[in-house]
Amino acid sequence: MKLNELTAHEILDLIRSRRTSISEVYEAVTDQIQTTEKDVRAYVRLNEKPCHADALDAAAVPVPIGIKDNICVAGQETACCSKILAGFRPPYDATVIRKLKASGAVFVGSTNMDEFAFGSSTENSCYGPTRNPWNLDCVPGGSSGGSAAAVASGEAIWAIGSDTGGSIRQPASFCGVVGLKPTYGRVSRYGLVAFASSLDQIGPLTKDVTDAALLMNIIAGYDEYDSTCADMPVPDYTQALMNDVKGLKIGIPQEYFVAGIDPEVKAAVTAAIEVLTEGGAVVEEVSLPHTEYAVATYYIVATAEASSNLARYDGVQYGLRRQPAAVRKNPLIDMYEETRDAGFGPEAKRRIMLGTYSLSSGYYDDYYLKGLKVRTLIKQDFDHVFREFDAVVTPTCPTTAFKIGEKMDDPLSMYLSDVYTISVNLSGIPAISVPCGFSKHRLPIGLQILAKPFNEEMLLRIAYAYEQRTEWHKRRVFER
Amino acid sequence: MNQVVQQKYETVIGLEVHLQLKTETKIFCGCANVFGREPNAQVCPVCLGLPGTLPVLNKKALAYAMKAALALNCQINSFIKFDRKNYYYPDLPKGYQISQYDNPIASHGYLEIPAEDGRVKRITIKRAHLEEDAGKLIHDEGTNSSLVDYNRTGTPLMEIVTEPDLRSSQEAYDYLQNLKLTLQYLNVSDCDMEKGSLRCDANISIRETGDPCLGTKTELKNMNSFKAVKAALEFEERRQQKALESGERIVQETRLWDEGRGATVSMRSKEEAHDYRYFPEPDLVPFVVDEGVIDTIRRSIPELPQQKYKRFRSEYKLSDYDANIMVQDADVANFFEACARLYPQPKKICNWIQGPLLQELNARKAHVRDLRMTPEYLTTIIRKTDENVLSNLAAKEAFQHVMETGKSADEVIEQKGLAQVSDSGILESVVEEVIRDNEKVAGQIREGKESAVGFLVGQAMRKTQGKANPKILGELIRRRLLA
Amino acid sequence: MIKTKGSKIVTQDDVRYIASLSRISLRDEEMARLTRNLEDILHYVRKLEEVDVRHIEPTSHVLPLKNVYREDRMRPSLTREDALQIAVQQHEGFFKVPKVIQ
Repeated sequence: MKLNELTAHEILDLIRSRRTSISEVYEAVTDQIQTTEKDVRAYVRLNEKPCHADALDAAAVPVPIGIKDNICVAGQETACCSKILAGFRPPYDATVIRKLKASGAVFVGSTNMDEFAFGSSTENSCYGPTRNPWNLDCVPGGSSGGSAAAVASGEAIWAIGSDTGGSIRQPASFCGVVGLKPTYGRVSRYGLVAFASSLDQIGPLTKDVTDAALLMNIIAGYDEYDSTCADMPVPDYTQALMNDVKGLKIGIPQEYFVAGIDPEVKAAVTAAIEVLTEGGAVVEEVSLPHTEYAVATYYIVATAEASSNLARYDGVQYGLRRQPAAVRKNPLIDMYEETRDAGFGPEAKRRIMLGTYSLSSGYYDDYYLKGLKVRTLIKQDFDHVFREFDAVVTPTCPTTAFKIGEKMDDPLSMYLSDVYTISVNLSGIPAISVPCGFSKHRLPIGLQILAKPFNEEMLLRIAYAYEQRTEWHKRRVFER
Repeated sequence: MNQVVQQKYETVIGLEVHLQLKTETKIFCGCANVFGREPNAQVCPVCLGLPGTLPVLNKKALAYAMKAALALNCQINSFIKFDRKNYYYPDLPKGYQISQYDNPIASHGYLEIPAEDGRVKRITIKRAHLEEDAGKLIHDEGTNSSLVDYNRTGTPLMEIVTEPDLRSSQEAYDYLQNLKLTLQYLNVSDCDMEKGSLRCDANISIRETGDPCLGTKTELKNMNSFKAVKAALEFEERRQQKALESGERIVQETRLWDEGRGATVSMRSKEEAHDYRYFPEPDLVPFVVDEGVIDTIRRSIPELPQQKYKRFRSEYKLSDYDANIMVQDADVANFFEACARLYPQPKKICNWIQGPLLQELNARKAHVRDLRMTPEYLTTIIRKTDENVLSNLAAKEAFQHVMETGKSADEVIEQKGLAQVSDSGILESVVEEVIRDNEKVAGQIREGKESAVGFLVGQAMRKTQGKANPKILGELIRRRLLA
Repeated sequence: MIKTKGSKIVTQDDVRYIASLSRISLRDEEMARLTRNLEDILHYVRKLEEVDVRHIEPTSHVLPLKNVYREDRMRPSLTREDALQIAVQQHEGFFKVPKVIQ
C-alpha cells in the first residue's frame, strides 16, 4: 500500500520508528491529489506546502489533514463554499484548528461542502460538486462530502467535518470511511461557521475506528470560548478500543427498517448485527416511536436557527457586496437584497426562507415552538432506550450513494435521505458510521452506532470490535 | 392651549431607559468597555460577529444588572435566558441582537418619585433585562455612504421599562432624576446622557380624564438630555391635545425629537412592519439564580438616596433643601457624614459644602474624592472660625490653600499666618501704641464718643497687618479708655 | 395547524413577505419555484400536527448546562489593521456602507 492509503496510526508508527518522514507522507498525499483530484474534486483550496520540521516530539501527530471549508483558519480563506463569503479570511483560528496546530497537524487544504452545510450531496457548493471516489457519477454524500471523499481517495489521511443532521456520518457511509458525530458539547464549536447552533458538532472522518479515537483525543474538550461546550474531562479514547462487546445490550429500532430502505443496505446491516451478536452482544428490538417526525422537526428547528445565523451575510462588513445600478427601495436595502440574492445558492435561500417563515409572527407557535416540543419527545425516546441499552445500531442511510443530479430538483426527497441520522442531532447524542459492506455496484454501506451523551467510548468500543471482525475498512478505492 | 383643554385630558407616559453598565469588558467578549477610542480599535471576532464566533456572558454584567434591579425593588427571576432579536441594520453585525424576551433578569419593581402633596408616588417597573449595545453609525454628510464604528458593539446594556404610570412630563423628569441618582449610588453606570451611557425613549398617549382606556400612543426617540425628554413630552402632549381637539386621530408611530426646532417629527420612512422573530439564543445556556447569590448582591447595595434623604432629615435635622443637595452625590453625602461625626453642627457643615466645596467641584469639574480637602481639614477650619482663631476671610483663604496644596488645615493656618492675634498681652501693647499715636481721638472717646472706637480698632488692625482679632481690640480699647 | 387541509399553505404574497424579511430579492421565476418548494416542505411538516405536545416542554438546548460565564477580564482586541482587513469597503478607520436613510 502507498503511504497515503495507510491510516494515521500506521503512519505515526512508521514516523516514530523513523521508517518514513512527514515529508514523504505529505508527498504521497499530494501525488495522489495530482492524480485523482481532477476527478474527485474533494478540495476547494489547497495549501502551500507546509514547512514542517521532520524532527518532532513524541506526542506530535503530524498527519496530513483536510479541513471542511466551514472551519475558520486564521488568515486563510474560509468561505463555506458560498459566494457570499468569497475571499473572507478570518482573523482567528477555530478552537479545533488551534488544537490541531498544537498537535503538529499538516494542513492539506479546505474540503468541499454543501454551501453552509445545507445539503446531503455536496452538490450545493459554489465551487461545483465533489464526486464519490467509488463511482464518479455518484455523490459523495454531504455536507462534508469533500472531507469524506478526500479520506476515501487517499487525498488526505484523515479529515475534519461538521455534522448538523448527518453531515459527517452520511458522507462517511457513502464513501466507505469512518465518521463520528460527537455528543453536542463535546467538541468546541468556536470557529465553526454556524448552520444550526443547537445541532452543529465538529467531528472526525477517518479510515478506521482507531484513527477516529486518535483524532477525538486531539479535538475534544472544554473551551471557554463556547458556552455550550461541556466542562468535562476527556478520556483517552484509544482506551475504548478493547475488542470486546460481550454482554453489551444493543437495541435495534424497528422504525429504521421500514419502507424506503434499500434491500442491500438492510442485508448488510443485518449481517453486521449478526457479527456483533456472534461477538457476545445481546441484541434486542427497541422502539423509537417519534422517529417518523424527526425530518419534519429537524427542518423546522435547523432552518429557523440557520435563518438567523446567516443574517450576518449582508454585504456590510465582509465577503460579497452587490449594489444594483438603479435605486429600488433605498441604497442600503437594495444592497442587502442584491448581495444576498447573488451570494446565496438556491438551497441556502430555501432554508433561510423556511426558517424565517417558521419564526415569523403568527407562525412561531405552530412551527418553531411545536418543533422544539416534538424535539423533546424524540430526545425522550432515546433517554428511554438508553436506560436499558448500551447502544443502538441502525443503518446510517437508507440507500447507498445516489447519482449526481438525481435529487437536485426535489429538495424534499433530499431531506428525507437524512432520515436515519437526524434524530441523533436533535437529541444531542453521539453516533458513528463505520463501513459494513458494499452494494453490487461497489458502493459502500454504513453501519450507524448510537450511544448516550458523552459515551463516545461505547461507540468506539462497539465499532472497533466490529471492525476487528470484518475487512470492509481495509478496502481502498484505487486498489491496484 | 387653554387651561380647559389641558384639564380635559390626562397624559399617560411610560419610559424605556437603556443603561450602559460600566464593566471592565464587553458583555460577550473580552474587549475593553471604554468610551472614546478611535474607531474600530476595540473590537474582536466575537463583537464583530464574525462567522464562527460565539458569545460567553460576562459574569459582572449579570451581577451589575441584578444589583440595579434589586435597588429598583425588582424581583430577580429564578430562570433567566437570552433570546435573539432579529433585524437588519449596519450597526448590528450579526443581523440580530442578543437580548431577552420572555425570561428577563427581573420584573415587578418600582421607583419612588415626589408627589404633589409632599408624599411619594410609586412608578412600577415592568421589567429589566440585559442585552448587547449596537455599534455607531455616522451619516457622512454630503456623500453617498455611512460609516460604521463597532467599538460600542457588545457594551452591556440594561433596559429598564416602566408601566405607563407617569402622568406628566415633570413626573417623567423626576423619575429619570431619581433613577439616575439611584444607579449612580450603585456605581454600575455613569448614567451620562450626553455620552450615551443613559438613553431614554418615551411612550406617550392622552385620554379624556377619567377614561379607563388608553389612547393611541406615540414613541419618542432622540432625546439627548433629561430636559429634552421633558420638552419632547410637553410638545407631544400639546400636539396630541390639539389633534384630538380638531377631531384628528393619533397615529401610532415613532417620532424623533428635533432639538433645534423644539418639535417631534414623524419618521414614517422607517415604519415597516417589525417582525423581530425572537427565539431562544442557542449559543448561550440558561441562568438559574439561587437565593444565596441574590442575597450576596442585595447586601452589597449601599443605602440609597431616598433612604439617605429621609435619614439626613431626621438624624441631622437638615431642611428639605439641604438634605436634597447632600444626597445628590453619594460621595458628597459621605463627606458630609464624615464631617458630621467630627463636628456637631450639621447645618454649618452643609453651608460649607453647598458653598465653597460644591463651587470648587463645579469649577474644576472634579469629584469629591479627587479633592485634597478632607473632612478633618474642613471641620478644623470651621472649628477655628468658631473659636475666633480664623476670621471668615481667613477661613476662606485657609480652605483655598488646603484645596490647592493638600496640606493640613493646621499647617496652612500656621504657614500662611492666618490665625488671628488674640493674645491680650500683645494686643494691649498695640492698643497702648495706637492711643499714644492718636491722643486726640482717644480724648474724644474718653469724653463719651463711643463711635470713634472703630477708628482706633482700624488703626490697630493696620499695625497688626489684619491679624488681630478686632472684637478683642475693641474691648481692650473700651476698657482702657472708658473704664 | 393554521390552514385547513387541501388549501395552499403559502401564497406568493407570503413568500414575498418572507423574502423581504430575509432581505433577499427574488426574480419572478425564483419566486414561483420557491413558493412551490416551500409548499411541498410545509405540507410535509404538517405531519407534526399528529403529535400531541400538550404538557411537553420545548427543547432549545439538549444539554442540561446552565450558568456558564466568563470573568470580567480583558482579552486583547484585534489590531485596527486586522479588524479592517476583512472590510469590503473602509474609510478612515470605519467600515463604509451605502447611505443609511433614517
